[in-house]
Amino acid sequence: MEVLSSMAGTVFQLLVSKGDTVEKGQIVIILESMKMEIPIESEHSGIVQEIYVTEGDFVNEAERLLKLV
Amino acid sequence: MKKILVANRGEIASRIIRTCNQMEIQTVAVYSEADKELPFVQAADEAICIGKSPVAQSYLQMDNILAAANQFHVDAIHPGYGLLSENGTFAEKVEAQGFIFIGPNADTIHLMGDKISSREIMSRAGVPVVPGSEGNVENAEKASRVARSIGYPVMLKASGGGGGIGMVLCRNESQLQAAFRSVKARAKTNFRSDHIFIEKYIENARHIEVQIFGDRFGQYVHLFERDCSVQRRNQKVVEESRAPSLSIKQREQLYEIALLAAKAVQYKNAGTVEFIMDEEGNFYFLEMNTRLQVEHPVTEMITNLDLVEWQIRIARGEAIPLKQENIHAEGHGMEFRVYAEHPNSFLPSPGKLIKLQWGSGSLRIDSGYREGNEVTPFYDPLIAKCIIHGETRKECILRARDFFEQTTVEGIQTNIPLFLRVLENESFINGTHSTNLLEKMKE
Repeated sequence: MEVLSSMAGTVFQLLVSKGDTVEKGQIVIILESMKMEIPIESEHSGIVQEIYVTEGDFVNEAERLLKLV
Repeated sequence: MKKILVANRGEIASRIIRTCNQMEIQTVAVYSEADKELPFVQAADEAICIGKSPVAQSYLQMDNILAAANQFHVDAIHPGYGLLSENGTFAEKVEAQGFIFIGPNADTIHLMGDKISSREIMSRAGVPVVPGSEGNVENAEKASRVARSIGYPVMLKASGGGGGIGMVLCRNESQLQAAFRSVKARAKTNFRSDHIFIEKYIENARHIEVQIFGDRFGQYVHLFERDCSVQRRNQKVVEESRAPSLSIKQREQLYEIALLAAKAVQYKNAGTVEFIMDEEGNFYFLEMNTRLQVEHPVTEMITNLDLVEWQIRIARGEAIPLKQENIHAEGHGMEFRVYAEHPNSFLPSPGKLIKLQWGSGSLRIDSGYREGNEVTPFYDPLIAKCIIHGETRKECILRARDFFEQTTVEGIQTNIPLFLRVLENESFINGTHSTNLLEKMKE
């Protein structure tokens, strides 16, 4: 299961680390787009296995951010 | 003054270049990698890339901008609005390197940028300020003491903030306690100062501001008021001049206190004194913007003056071009800020402007983009301003409806559908709306 970016923007804050347990609906990343902070929620519950981005990275819409198992 | 560097982007950079062309002043544009295709880059006589797309690596890089100013031998720098326009340190550096900063003195920018000190200065000068805390509110206990004494609801604000950024509305003690720490932390990261203050929140307020000018000869004039009550997230969406439903007496009082504010800081160049007006019609000082405003065109529409030309003339040492008695307002002006965002959720909508076809009508369109350009997520969502002049406010409303109904934008979402709803809203049509209009329309 992957968490995808809902829009193009810059990764402003990573709120989880590898190995963390996340719940469905939990805010895992805050993106910054057009001077606005956009919270990204996880659509699934699971454990963070992989983080594909670091703070300051630019991501496109629908780009993968995290992998959950 | 033969050459000006415009330290800004998008529509305002194009706008400043237009006046420079009319005054036969050469222009230099600075741009980021993401902006290289935008019209303002081509509009300038010379242009140079000053860094990567994020503002911190380009438009906020003072040294890169100053290097460009030296390389192209400019005489002056126009900062536009936002970005470095209200950064006193930038103004100091510009002057220290021998360039003219088109704006007020660095000291004035520093003083008015600190909202706690600006409240104190204005209050001492006899300008009414919103009831609130005196000085910095250091901790949560002091915050609740102040809030209890002035009464809820209150606004928690960062002293280094402004323009609607860094503030939170608290309706009770628990909201205040919850917000205090985050506002303080955010203030520290965003504005490099964790000083915060508290103001009484005025319900059903209107946002009214006065355009002022000052020169080095100690002369001050006002160019009437603007009503900017249509807002989302405390940021303006529709502005107009003059403000509807104000009595002559209220207007005179407003100009008088705005000029008092300008004199209190010996203001030079263009500035705006922002007020909020409560339901009883009392005005309270909110903040002073030490730069050209986004919404300056509505004032240009009714006065038939060019505010950028005035800024340049005052910056090169001239007196204010007109005496107060020769500044007249005619008709009504209204500006709509077209944002690349979802019309209901206000969430950003970056993307390619596949189609941009404006409606017909003799409108002024200050656009930062043209069809085919990419609206990138690095900057604020303003893509264009549509400015209408009519003999009456009603005529502006009717013409705006026609214009936006005929306008087509494809590739991104815009707030144009929201304009059409505002233009049908009874309180907006009657001119009795307050700053919570857009919130109320959501319900």
